[in-house]
Amino acid sequence: MKYRSAFDIIGPVMIGPSSSHTAGAARIGRVARTLFGKQPKKAIISLYGSFAKTYKGHGTDFAIVAGLLDFDTFDERMPKSLEIAKEMGLEVVFQIEEAVTEHPNTVKINLYAEEDELEMVGISIGGGTIEITELNSFPLKLSGEHPAILVVHKDRFGIISAVTSVLSTYEINIGHMEVSRLEKGEMALMVIEVDHKIDEKVIDELSKLSNVSQIIRMVE
Amino acid sequence: MFRNVAELVKLAETNQVKIAEIMIRQEIEVSGLSREEVIGKMDTNLTIMEQAVERGLNGVHSHTGLTGGDAVLLQNYLKSGKALSGHILLDAVSKAVATNEVNAAMGIICATPTAGSAGVVPGTLFAVKEKLHPTRLEMIEFLFTSAAFGFVVANNASISGAAGGCQAEVGSASGMAAAAIVELAGGSPQQAAEAMAITLKNMLGLVCDPVAGLVEVPCVKRNAMGASNAITAADMALAGVTSRIPCDEVIHAMFLIGQSMPSSLRETAEGGLAATPTARRLEQEIFGNGSTVKLKDLVIS
Repeated sequence: MKYRSAFDIIGPVMIGPSSSHTAGAARIGRVARTLFGKQPKKAIISLYGSFAKTYKGHGTDFAIVAGLLDFDTFDERMPKSLEIAKEMGLEVVFQIEEAVTEHPNTVKINLYAEEDELEMVGISIGGGTIEITELNSFPLKLSGEHPAILVVHKDRFGIISAVTSVLSTYEINIGHMEVSRLEKGEMALMVIEVDHKIDEKVIDELSKLSNVSQIIRMVE
Repeated sequence: MFRNVAELVKLAETNQVKIAEIMIRQEIEVSGLSREEVIGKMDTNLTIMEQAVERGLNGVHSHTGLTGGDAVLLQNYLKSGKALSGHILLDAVSKAVATNEVNAAMGIICATPTAGSAGVVPGTLFAVKEKLHPTRLEMIEFLFTSAAFGFVVANNASISGAAGGCQAEVGSASGMAAAAIVELAGGSPQQAAEAMAITLKNMLGLVCDPVAGLVEVPCVKRNAMGASNAITAADMALAGVTSRIPCDEVIHAMFLIGQSMPSSLRETAEGGLAATPTARRLEQEIFGNGSTVKLKDLVIS
């Protein structure tokens, strides 16, 4: 089920004009910001399909940037986000792509700050509901609606059980989980959506596990 | 958890509760929130809808100048007593238009199920309110009933214009509103499903062809027609009229029609009304020579 809540249908409360092209776009931007963990210095935003064709009329451009600035869907500063980004030292580049993607409302966001880089692909599936489909070339499925833990790790045996045993110690229930890797034995990514808030202690303990290189926490 | 309209109706019948109650119970279970919290969240959304309608009825215009002011025209005409259609119908139309005019002006609205179709559900609710005199809780339940039907469409078909055309947006919104009106008026869960089916059948094939890619033309007026369609279908269902094609099959037909719709008619502003000479001229006037389609590597820094 792509939609799980009554508030996916009646909601979100948002700045017009489009739930998919404005509110959904802002949410994708905000997830990218959360995953990046800080305000980026530069963002390259590549728009595909319907996003590429109608972004101007729908305000998709300023909505994504509003998300990158950590604005919510109903933040009245949203239409001014491009100017605000400039003031805050965020350089934004838009690229209109011709390639045909699986979903018509697709955006790829590349973020940069000092040494850090992030590449994320998100789709806006309607009514403001989104899915993150790719992170640093790893395919994944993340709604951004639930608390989640992303574990970047080496592809080794036992790592999944090590991570889940930490979660079970803290009585955290897993709602959805997936593991992907680029190549056997190389970098891998674990995406764990959970039902409870994730305490700092949990993150600490997870980052101490061997073969874990990065933990990203996502909270609604 | 219900997966389709048939299961939803059956759950309501078996438990002898409203469809709204089935949705509320499911929400409590899925979200882990208390009943008060779930009701409170929807109450907030209802308040946003009331504020949007009020703002629209006071007169609002979009930045492009393409839309705005029609809700006021409709209210004035209604007050003149010359209206040919009934008061509730035209009142719903004006309030649906009011909401979408606010949306086009980048004001705050509540998506129901999307922003482009945000006028239909509140427009009809605030119009039938004057005849049915619901309590605040019943108005909140109206939104949960709408949500239940929208939930089925979103999971089994689509509520995205880019994926399924306007039938998926205003079509879904109208069906949701029709079902909720039936329940508020005291109709049975099955009658609510009939109203949804009757509405959606008459919205099948509706394309998404926004002029200049803006959520203005024809979106605002499609919400007006969506609201009238919903009220008419609700009355038909309450009168005892049924749909020969069951609601779930209508939803599936909508999905398949969306799948076979060319991309030019799914929110790309490449076909339909968006491709008319007047639309192209308006697009030129609003965005200038740098047409959105040809725009390459626009740098804003």
